[in-house]
Amino acid sequence: MAETPNRKLRIHALRYNPAKAGDEPRIQTYEVEEAPGMTLFIALSEIREKQDPSLQFDFVCRAGICGSCGMMINGRPSLACRTVTKDLPAEVSLAPLPFFELIGDLSVNTGKWMRGMSERLETWVHAMGKQADLSRIEEAMDPALAEEVYELDRCIECGCCVASCGTARMRHDFVGAVGLNKMARFRLDPRDKRTDADFYELVGDDNGVFGCMSLLACHDVCPKNLPLQTQIAFLRRKMVVQGTKG
Amino acid sequence: MKIVYTDVLVIGGGLAGLRLAIGAKRRGHDALILSLVPAKRSHSKAAQGGMQASLGNVIKGQGDTEDVHFEDTVRGSDWGADQEVVRMFVNTAPKAVRELAAWGVPWSRVRKGDRDVIVNGQKVTITERDEAHGLIAQRDFGGTKKWRTCYAADGTGHAMINTVADQAIADSIPVHERKEALALIHDGARCYGAVVRDLVTGEVSAYVATATAICTGGAGRVYRTTTNAVICEGIGHALALETGVSALGNMEAVQFHPTGIFPAGILVTEGCRGDGGLLKDVDGHRFMPDYEPEKKELASRDVVSRRMEEHIKKGKGHKSRFGEHIWLDITLLGEKHIHTNLREVWDICHYFLGVDPVKEMIPVRPAQHYTMGGVRTDPSGQSPTLKGLFSAGEAACWDMHGFNRLGGNSVAETVVAGMIVGETIADYCDKLANTPTVPLGLVREFVEREQAKLEAFTKGGGREDASLIKGEMQDLMTAKVGIFRTGRDLEEAVDKLQKLLVRSRSIGLRSPSLGANPELVTAYRVQRMLKIALSIAYGAAVRTESRGAHFREDFPRRNDAEWLKRTLATWKGESDTLPTLGYEALDVKRMELPPGWRGYGAKDYIDHPDTPERQKAVEAIRAQHANDRFAMQKALMDYEHLLPEILRGRNERIDERF
Repeated sequence: MAETPNRKLRIHALRYNPAKAGDEPRIQTYEVEEAPGMTLFIALSEIREKQDPSLQFDFVCRAGICGSCGMMINGRPSLACRTVTKDLPAEVSLAPLPFFELIGDLSVNTGKWMRGMSERLETWVHAMGKQADLSRIEEAMDPALAEEVYELDRCIECGCCVASCGTARMRHDFVGAVGLNKMARFRLDPRDKRTDADFYELVGDDNGVFGCMSLLACHDVCPKNLPLQTQIAFLRRKMVVQGTKG
Repeated sequence: MKIVYTDVLVIGGGLAGLRLAIGAKRRGHDALILSLVPAKRSHSKAAQGGMQASLGNVIKGQGDTEDVHFEDTVRGSDWGADQEVVRMFVNTAPKAVRELAAWGVPWSRVRKGDRDVIVNGQKVTITERDEAHGLIAQRDFGGTKKWRTCYAADGTGHAMINTVADQAIADSIPVHERKEALALIHDGARCYGAVVRDLVTGEVSAYVATATAICTGGAGRVYRTTTNAVICEGIGHALALETGVSALGNMEAVQFHPTGIFPAGILVTEGCRGDGGLLKDVDGHRFMPDYEPEKKELASRDVVSRRMEEHIKKGKGHKSRFGEHIWLDITLLGEKHIHTNLREVWDICHYFLGVDPVKEMIPVRPAQHYTMGGVRTDPSGQSPTLKGLFSAGEAACWDMHGFNRLGGNSVAETVVAGMIVGETIADYCDKLANTPTVPLGLVREFVEREQAKLEAFTKGGGREDASLIKGEMQDLMTAKVGIFRTGRDLEEAVDKLQKLLVRSRSIGLRSPSLGANPELVTAYRVQRMLKIALSIAYGAAVRTESRGAHFREDFPRRNDAEWLKRTLATWKGESDTLPTLGYEALDVKRMELPPGWRGYGAKDYIDHPDTPERQKAVEAIRAQHANDRFAMQKALMDYEHLLPEILRGRNERIDERF
């Protein structure tokens, strides 16, 4: 039985190296023969090995868990490593995530932005001086609550939510769904002793939860399917209550 | 020449490096982390199933202690581990998991009352105790007598590194991202830091430090089929090796995980089998009980991987267009369990295989997974041959895993080693005598040497292709230095790898830029990776026995009489094409658990002459202290003085209060 011949994929990648004097953004097209089970990780690695060793992109885990490879795939922010080519048309356009600092070609500096966001929002448990005795049995936590915290902790900081965000387009200091989700996560965690008054200081303004226009592309593109819509709405309600306390 | 100064230079931003840096910083020393990628994207993130610590909260973990964890780990290692280090580890693991709980890791928790679980293919109802409600839960994992593996669903490493990386941010520890160490700066006796290349700009600079720690994880990418992330190329191992003085221990000990999805090699967690999943062959037959009646699917990884390959060789694999594989069946666990506790597995199956594991079986085959070998250190984490150089985590060989690591012991090791080595590195920096007088001429010499090497790639006129060489190396390693090894295959691999190493010295680039340039990165890394590949293959060729994950078809027995010793590889001269191998013996007379049968796998081995006598002595001590496990342990093998003071002491449990 003859097998159907593999498709020829035409991958149109945005090329631009801001560090190279005189370089202009342009689209470069690569042809790749599709193989069974091929992902964009495999296709791009093959291009780099066989056609163009200078093409820049980021992959680490290539398993959809580290968040390195967010890029615009046919106009939509997604993780390239787990995008299977058979789900794509033969013409594929790739561009770096907007909003973040461009390193080159498809590589952007999400790490720097995420670190800044974490510093600003203090995305860690504030135990307020309480020191755990490590030789003693740990403090109990409601199992259902632990699962809820884990659910929000699944964020991989890939940046897809910020890249798709209308507010972020206008306000560069907006903390994005990633930041708001983190606030919701720590607010839910009984080990974090911060109060709503503390959280209000962090996200009770237009760069925080009141900047969100509820367009909610973040919710649609989140590769981990985080419940961003409900979390942002809930956090906003709590912050309104806090803000009106005066 | 640009120089950055710090007290502690940590190379690698995964769990071990982060936790080590936090420890040093909290003791008042500046710590700076170099990382190829943002810290949270490190391979620690990919640990799924969990972290072993003998908390004994769940009913199936009742009776668990450091003693049981110790024995499981030593048996798992096939007696290759340093037993004192294993003791340090098992005593610190409960403290580590509790520290992480306080810092915010959303550990899965125990629910009191009845619950249905799958054990040995059968549904069983177990009842969790009221007093355990809300405490950290444990699941079953391979090679363990008790349910000991603490977990956050199946995203344990993810949750751990989120928390620890954020703690590092809270402690204002800088992480210099997209920076790569090219060489350690040293004078043959002492390490002064590293030459570092910026992967975005290409700039080469020097980082000078009182203490330097290699925490760079594994070397899985020297193989073609591996679960490891693309950054796990063994570069940290190579940094140590290329000093010529620091040794790599047991590089031939390479773990193959039974359940890489086929053919991509992406990991699905051991938790699949721990929670009751089964391995099945082409006929749908559950074959593991035929080979391993005691532990079945939950024997250690080396044993399960070998049994799977053995079964495939018998013609019982499922044939697909990519080759043969085994089936992992977790359908019996039910939809709710999979969507709660194995959701990353569901994601991976869905996105990469188009398979719904609630309804369908998962194609799996063993894939390279873990590098037991590493930078040889003493139990405090310091290199015995290069002062000021430390190492922790998968990159290190302080040697708690010997020749096979147990599932759940590696993420546990990262934080435990980070805690221990973080303290010892702070102790080291505390001492005025250890503050180096920096020989700036030497620093400059090292920087210029690395710059010249980079320029040789762009201007040297070489014609070899870096990617091709790398591909040939990976294919060789997977084909010849895999699960089943023979002298003939290994010699062929060593011979061909040497030729590749020689060829790699004439690599030329198609895109000759010294700035951001992926081809240049491949070029300088492949030279280093080949040295690691050679350390693995040559070590394996010389070791004429089978131990743990190192299995020789031509020498199938473990041979304690001749091989109860650790391989030490050094790279003496820059033009050498082979490492120099040395050995250090493990002392049976000091072992708390003298060598014996592991409880799974082959029953037949050659005893060390000291074993019977030590066994007798151990039995006498055990009889003498039968009522006090702490006194017994101390009498068998006193180790506590090796731990930093703040990490000593007992661990409280529901059944063991003090």
